[in-house]
Amino acid sequence: MLEEMIRVENTTYEYGIRGEENHLIAVDNVNISVKKGEHLVILGHNGSGKSTLARLMNGLLTPTKGNVFVNGMNTKDEDNIWNIRETAGIVFQNPDNQIVATIVEEDVAFGPENLGIPPVDIRKRVDEALRIVEMTEYKNHAPHLLSGGQKQRVAIAGILAMNPECIILDEPTAMLDPIGRTEIMNTLKKLNKEEKKTIIHITHYMDEAVAADRILVMEKGKIMMEGTPKQVFCQVDRIKGLGLDVPQVTELAYELKKEGFNVPCDVLTVDELVNAL
Amino acid sequence: MIIKLENLNYIYNPNTPFKKIALDNVNLDIDEGDFIGLIGHTGSGKSTLVQHLNGLIKPTSGRVIVDGIDISAEDSNLREVRQKVGLVFQYPEHQLFEENIYKDIAFGPKNLGLDDDEVELRVKKAMESVGLNFIELKDRSPFELSGGQKRRVAIAGVLAMQPKVLVLDEPTAGLDPRGRDDILGGIKRLYKEEGITIILVSHSMEDIARLVNKIVAMHNGKIAMKGEAREVFKQPEKLEELGLGIPQITSFMKKYKMKGNPINDVVLTVEEAKEELINYLRRKGNA
Repeated sequence: MLEEMIRVENTTYEYGIRGEENHLIAVDNVNISVKKGEHLVILGHNGSGKSTLARLMNGLLTPTKGNVFVNGMNTKDEDNIWNIRETAGIVFQNPDNQIVATIVEEDVAFGPENLGIPPVDIRKRVDEALRIVEMTEYKNHAPHLLSGGQKQRVAIAGILAMNPECIILDEPTAMLDPIGRTEIMNTLKKLNKEEKKTIIHITHYMDEAVAADRILVMEKGKIMMEGTPKQVFCQVDRIKGLGLDVPQVTELAYELKKEGFNVPCDVLTVDELVNAL
Repeated sequence: MIIKLENLNYIYNPNTPFKKIALDNVNLDIDEGDFIGLIGHTGSGKSTLVQHLNGLIKPTSGRVIVDGIDISAEDSNLREVRQKVGLVFQYPEHQLFEENIYKDIAFGPKNLGLDDDEVELRVKKAMESVGLNFIELKDRSPFELSGGQKRRVAIAGVLAMQPKVLVLDEPTAGLDPRGRDDILGGIKRLYKEEGITIILVSHSMEDIARLVNKIVAMHNGKIAMKGEAREVFKQPEKLEELGLGIPQITSFMKKYKMKGNPINDVVLTVEEAKEELINYLRRKGNA
């Protein structure tokens, strides 16, 4: 069995035509290897290329140059495209654009139905998916009456029902309130730790990146920084220079260190800083 | 006092099984020149409240008085009120519609019947206020811009009406940190330099702490807390009961004090915390 979930190899993606006004290199010669079971966060401001990268990772886009492999399958190989999309599912920012049915459980069943799975198994998959995102009690509800966080969990359940090994989420919390954001973050943690799914979470909220195994920071289509949350957030000036935030306590620790105090720079939480001082 | 709410009640779908009390006997005075942070979790009544401020919805009972005019009265002149109170909705960029930025921002002032020179002056000033370059951008299509820029065009459209009160409903939702800082920086300038009364609805306690001077917290259609920002953030337990929090930095200072460090823990920003801690740690080091 492969250890590697996704491999992005010397990959470039260009929009428009070279030499014309609308030409844009969105992803610029990027190499990434995502391990099975990893919780990876890709940070970057709007326009840094992170959403394009997400779409390259499940074959919604194919590279202009280079290759992307999902569980060993090249996304350029059209014969594999359905296998690839079953292996790596993607959840987008706006839950309202992802819900197709008028009843929650029918919406979750939409994916597996299209895969031609027998009805008995669909039933099992839908029940299991709704259980994981804790939406079982809403299975007969109309999606439009749910909160933003609940709708987004239904969208995640719809992907889960396809049984993917890897779930890619493109700014899944950008349109949610703090309660909805917490719900989604808890769901992601559960998917990674309990269901052993590989999670690729694209965001510009740094507080959502703190729990990741590894962070990649993108700017102008390139990977600018890579490392554990502690290694990345330690570089406060660089992160800010890339138009991103660090947690307030990390910034405070960094400022105190600059003033000559003996404070470790890699504090990410309130308790870590209280204990360090 | 620029806005006064008196025993304000609002009920959605009255006399039906879907009846919902959105505002429950709200009383509030807002002084001219205030910068109010309006907080509360989703469904607490914030959006219903701000829609009353320029007469978009009329109270089920109670009064809304804006700059001396009772706008809840049957015969009130809402046109005049809407010039006084500018409302920026969530995702205001969805309301852009003109072929170029100048025309989009000029739409409101033109409808006021102002002459062309005055309209141009207002468009220029509004664009400057939100940090958009007039010469460079006025003829561009608003739809070519980035998300954050589009939103600034939409805000400029409201500013061009020269309102006395500017209400912003989550103006930074969905923006990245840079887009957020651009918008909030512009709002701060309007408050400091123009003296406009501002009401900011936000879920971000960090942004609220950095900007506003007073906070109004809503819960179940009622005003649950109100006061100076510092006073409100002194009560994290009460905020938590409302499903809200305090900025991370404020929470850190509280915990650090509780561990036996005699510091002033009521800070709102990283800069304030830094100053307080440096003084404390140096004192401790010398002792």
